[in-house]
Amino acid sequence: MAREPLNEYLITGEQTYASLDNTIGSMVLDGKRHKKNWYMTLGVAFMVMNLFLVSVAWLLYQGIGVWGNNVPTAWAFDIINFVWWIGIGHAGTLISAILLLVRQNWRNSINRFAEAMTLFAVMCAAQYPLLHTGRPWVAAYWLMPYPNIMGLWPQFRSPLIWDVFAVTTYALVSILFWFVGLIPDLATLRDKATNKVPKMIFGILSLGWRGSMKHWHRYEQAYLLLAGLSTPLVLSVHTIVSYDFAMSIVPGWNVTVFPPYFVAGAVFAGFAMVLLLAIPVRHIYGLKDMITDKHIDWMCKIMLATGLIVFYGYILEIFYAYYSANSVEIALAEWRFFGPYSWAYWSLIACNGIIPQVLWAPRMRRSLPVIMFVCVAISYGMWLERFVIIPMSLTRNYLPASDRMYYPTIVDFVMFMGTIGLFFFLMWLFIRFLPVINMFEMKDLLFKQNLERRAKEEAKEEVGAH
Amino acid sequence: MEVKEQAQGRLDLDSIREKLSGQGGKRYWRSLEQVADTPEFQNWLEDEFPHRRSLLEIDRRSMLKVMGASIALAGLAGCRGPFLDQDKAVPYVKQPEEVVPGKPLFYASAMPVCGYGVGVLVEQHEGRPTKIEGNPDHPEALGASSAAMQASILSMYDPDRMQNVLQGTDISTWEEFGKVLKKALADQKATKGAGIRILTETVASPLMASALNDLLAEYPSATWHSWDPVNRDSVRMGAKAAYGKVVGTTYDFKSAKVVVSLDSDFLVTGPGSLRYSRDFMDGRRLEVTGGEMNRLYQFESFPTLTGTGADHRWAMKSSEIGSIAAYIANGLGISADGRPTPVDSGVLDKVIADLQANAGASIVVPGDDQPAAVHALCHAINEKLGNNDKTVFHGPRVDYGPEDQLSSIRQLADALKAKKVDLLLILGGNPVYDAPADLDFANLLVSAKLSVHHSAYFDETSKVCTWSLPQSHYLEEWGDVKAYDGTVSLIQPIIAPLFESKSHVEVLREFVGDARSGFDLLRSAYGSTLSGKAFDIALNAGIIANSTPKSVAISVTGSFPSLPAPVEGVEVIFREDPNLFDGRYANSGWLQELPKALSKITWDNAIHVSPKMAQSLGVQSEDEVILELNGATAKSGVWVMPGHPDDVVTILLGSGRTVGGTIAVGAGFNAYPMRRSESLSWSGGGKLTKGKGTFPLSSVQIHHSMEGRDIVRSGTLEEWRKDPTLTPENKHHLPDVSMYPDNVFNYDGPQWGMTIDLNTCIGCGACVTACQAENNIPVVGKDQVKRGRELHWIRIDRYYVGGPDQPEETVNQPVMCVHCEKAPCEPVCPVGATVHSHEGLNQMVYNRCVGTRYCSNNCPYKVRRFNYLNYVDNQDQFMVKEFDHPSPGIPMTDKKVIIPGKVTSEKTHGRSMLKMAQNPDVTMRGRGIMEKCTYCVQRINDTRIEAKKQGRDIKDGEIVVACQQACSTGAIVFGNVADKDSKVSKMRADKRSYLLLEELNTRPRTSYLGRVRNPNPEITA
Repeated sequence: MAREPLNEYLITGEQTYASLDNTIGSMVLDGKRHKKNWYMTLGVAFMVMNLFLVSVAWLLYQGIGVWGNNVPTAWAFDIINFVWWIGIGHAGTLISAILLLVRQNWRNSINRFAEAMTLFAVMCAAQYPLLHTGRPWVAAYWLMPYPNIMGLWPQFRSPLIWDVFAVTTYALVSILFWFVGLIPDLATLRDKATNKVPKMIFGILSLGWRGSMKHWHRYEQAYLLLAGLSTPLVLSVHTIVSYDFAMSIVPGWNVTVFPPYFVAGAVFAGFAMVLLLAIPVRHIYGLKDMITDKHIDWMCKIMLATGLIVFYGYILEIFYAYYSANSVEIALAEWRFFGPYSWAYWSLIACNGIIPQVLWAPRMRRSLPVIMFVCVAISYGMWLERFVIIPMSLTRNYLPASDRMYYPTIVDFVMFMGTIGLFFFLMWLFIRFLPVINMFEMKDLLFKQNLERRAKEEAKEEVGAH
Repeated sequence: MEVKEQAQGRLDLDSIREKLSGQGGKRYWRSLEQVADTPEFQNWLEDEFPHRRSLLEIDRRSMLKVMGASIALAGLAGCRGPFLDQDKAVPYVKQPEEVVPGKPLFYASAMPVCGYGVGVLVEQHEGRPTKIEGNPDHPEALGASSAAMQASILSMYDPDRMQNVLQGTDISTWEEFGKVLKKALADQKATKGAGIRILTETVASPLMASALNDLLAEYPSATWHSWDPVNRDSVRMGAKAAYGKVVGTTYDFKSAKVVVSLDSDFLVTGPGSLRYSRDFMDGRRLEVTGGEMNRLYQFESFPTLTGTGADHRWAMKSSEIGSIAAYIANGLGISADGRPTPVDSGVLDKVIADLQANAGASIVVPGDDQPAAVHALCHAINEKLGNNDKTVFHGPRVDYGPEDQLSSIRQLADALKAKKVDLLLILGGNPVYDAPADLDFANLLVSAKLSVHHSAYFDETSKVCTWSLPQSHYLEEWGDVKAYDGTVSLIQPIIAPLFESKSHVEVLREFVGDARSGFDLLRSAYGSTLSGKAFDIALNAGIIANSTPKSVAISVTGSFPSLPAPVEGVEVIFREDPNLFDGRYANSGWLQELPKALSKITWDNAIHVSPKMAQSLGVQSEDEVILELNGATAKSGVWVMPGHPDDVVTILLGSGRTVGGTIAVGAGFNAYPMRRSESLSWSGGGKLTKGKGTFPLSSVQIHHSMEGRDIVRSGTLEEWRKDPTLTPENKHHLPDVSMYPDNVFNYDGPQWGMTIDLNTCIGCGACVTACQAENNIPVVGKDQVKRGRELHWIRIDRYYVGGPDQPEETVNQPVMCVHCEKAPCEPVCPVGATVHSHEGLNQMVYNRCVGTRYCSNNCPYKVRRFNYLNYVDNQDQFMVKEFDHPSPGIPMTDKKVIIPGKVTSEKTHGRSMLKMAQNPDVTMRGRGIMEKCTYCVQRINDTRIEAKKQGRDIKDGEIVVACQQACSTGAIVFGNVADKDSKVSKMRADKRSYLLLEELNTRPRTSYLGRVRNPNPEITA
């Protein structure tokens, strides 16, 4: 079968500036665009989010013994979920910052969306480092360097402290980046709003944006600076998260490949989540002209690339175990292959190593069901990867007598479900109340695209005239 | 002037006014109650512990919470007891002699363990006993203690103890009981007490024996019966068969070069085991003996710790052990009925040759579970080898009462059946639970007109008896008891009885109308022998000097009873539980949670089989199996035990209680219904079938092999002579290079360190419980252990070496925090809650800990323990669900009755009783806190303060840490490693010394010494 060519331009259909503004802006300003589905989805997400609140309340009341953690498996779902969520957030930053710096225009239609996802994923992730401590009420500020009369500081040698700084910086910069990028659009919404209340709210949020040349100049500078700030964060946050493991002497954790492998894994998982959200949203809200098949195709390629890096990491782990001839590492590798949790290891290899390989075929990159399936597999696989690394490594020890099995409890699952609920709840509110696609950048893109198109047409006409 | 009283003791204000106005001059009054001078107020004044009564109102729910925890915490709050419930701390107006607040006092006493006494030193804080240590002057203890001794402190504060005199299930008083007793005795006068029966446990107390004899003198037709489910009948009857009389046999393992043990677990169980283990290990301390070692041949059925410590071990059916004894006897020229032996005769001949080569310096020791015939044979063998008076000593009988307890309880059962018993007094014990199943004791007991159970707990027997009397704990009573060798110790109370309890002797004296106190009784009993100061000296020392009976030279006369026939087919062995014994310690959370030797199971008793048998049955560990035997059925988890004989099923007695405390009830299954009087040790005819699904047993170890790693170093004596470091062949030595100068710990002053000699460690677990007692470690309960959250600071790792069926070697390795000099836990803590002290301790700062648990992840030894829940205060997770274990029928009629009722205030909660057992020197850890071994930093600091006060350095051996103190074999040595002359430095310098996981460069302060075995070079395999 002949391959259907991808769209040539990043914005398809007959679009004008006004049509772009309307398509995107009306999602915020016109409540009628949100059908029953939106309310139902939000309601379900809200209920699931309440599971989170209930499980946190129970956790705070009883202690973290309500989870399945034990000695030796002192970290399990708590840290798995933390790393998983943080990883998901990475795609957003990558899209906004790095793709901006390298002038990839195709990011314009997905960056807002991905940034919001980053923010919400970081919010979900941030629950765990605090709640997983035995005494969150003191951990909340003892991990921060604040001057106190006892002269007590955090212990700066601990990767957990680096983690605190890395994640807080990340969250802060992500919020700033997202908000700064929203300002021109908020002003557009303010101008278009017919109701008084949205007008006022958007008025306040747009910080007096009038679209003057000076404003645009300042904006461009600030945005570029923030992009520059975020770029190292894409690499540093997950590198530091991986230090939590790589800096230890735990067999299975003490691996030097962790930083690049974690970063690649994060981008991998992040793009999977972006696609998982973008595909249904563009379908429901008719945004196919903006988030085109080309976008999806390219994102699939990024997943394929990062997936291969991750798979390389898995192979290296095995290589290290046997090449080092360290009996403890070898025992752990075999525990992964043949032990009681081997199902998790092999599912991980299947989900992250094998299934994504279908994306080599261009036909598969156009089939939305296939992509959705691959993305779900990757999200699950990346979760399993952390399961394999964190609790599975801990169940095997230097002294075999201290090996113990780990079993999660219902609270572990409920709390994880709960963060998913929280994520979707926030995501759906975002879809309703803020522009999911960057309107002014799309207009900018359309302008450039029209220029390009005209140039091409003129060139064609010239050819025809001769 | 009479003050009118209103109903219910309410105050009559008018009469108070009248009373006050009638006074001349100034009169100070404190309260209206005082002026009214009501009887209630008088009672309150006179009662030493006025709030005690409210203790009776602990409700079931709180009791469950409390007992599940078994231990609650409270740091400083531990200093207040439920009886001192004022919030204010008031200083002594007059300082009592010797009492310095904050400084403990130590009192010598003795703990009766299954009748026989072991000397103890009791640590007492301001009147509150908190810890048990062995009495260094006592011939058995020699300063060491067992897990059961350590746990006895918890039993004293056990809120499940019987707290009141009960008639049936109603609360009564000693006076009421006195009246009933008087009437019953008056009826017996005519028949000279023909209807009186007394059932005791094994009695080794001279005071109690004389009280019983006095009673029998007054009622000559009365009968004294004895019953202990795990008794020493075979020891007594074996001696009787050999010598014509019962003698007290003791062994000197120190002088023995060759020991043959026939199913005897002499290192761990039975009277004298503490001493025996030390003596036996004295013959194996290479650094002391200069390279000489004794040799132990173990012929045994169920794998024991003695077997794992043996140089040769053969597993066989318990009923086949006799054939080994007969073979050895025949080999030595004693005629015994020979039988085919399960061990090759060539091998046995070599054992005999070894015995003969060491004649006069050998011991053949039979197990208590072996029949009298085996014991008699062993007496003959030891005599033939010339061991008598060299390594084996015979003195007069140590215990009192019936020689054959089995026939004694049978006689009682017969008398009950014939309805000849009018008054049955059961002193201690729990015959309804543990008497042979065929006697049907529970139903027989009903026929006694008046049955009285004097016991520490309201248990299965109390439930059937017409009266139940609370028994004092040994820490609350005056008395005496004989040690395994006959040495007499005095028992002195360390605290006034917590409840309305009396000692056995006091109850017995009541029968002869003697109402003297326990102290007067003891004093008068020793009036002539220990006059004046001698009594105080004996009390102070804990033993009566020169009371050890002399050994007598006797020789074997009689003929030997015939050996019982070996069991065809499956043999079921009944063994006492290593921790709970016959069930008497079943309500102790510490002992329930102490992992059982070898299987490492907690809170449960498994059905043990060999790997081969498991294979043929198609089961693996923790699968459910059903055992049918003697008309009874038990369902439990199977435990596949390497080294277990094939075709044998071993079940442990002492679990599956139905009444007797929150902890006891519901843990494990009851094996007694299968145990009949003709087969107390083993039984044929058992049928083991596979059940449905799994049966989790809460074992604390899932992997049992060292997986080729250098964890426990061991070797034979020959190997040790070649390479005293016992380094495994595959061990790589990495050069010790570092970028940094190695003066990180270059401080003046002591540097603490520890050595653990795996050669002398027997893996008994006394250190685990001693640590628990010293460091206020809570019990977490079965479910939490199953989750992997037990809090013991010491764990005893057990590894099998060699094939699964009969492992070549089984090794035990105590592991606690090794205090790494370069501790991996320290740099990863984000708040710096675990830091190094200048004396080399790896310290936990509990207050600073936020509970990220990173330190635990990064600890290669996995010795850190985390408080996942509030194991101390919020005990909901321990709740025994009512529908899981139907209520044992504890009296519910009266609101004031022992267990049910209302909680009236937090202070009368049972938890506050358990608080009293806490060591005030150790901080309690709340939820979300990491904890671990501190090297008993409180003891170090105590000693340092003393040394500073005296302006000197700390002496070597002055600091004794809790585990070291308990260890009966002296395997643990603690001290200053910076001092090259200290004992610990010398042990560290021993070639056998190695560091666990040395390759990680953590540089532990605890080093291990390799294990050396001394197999007979002529015997291979």
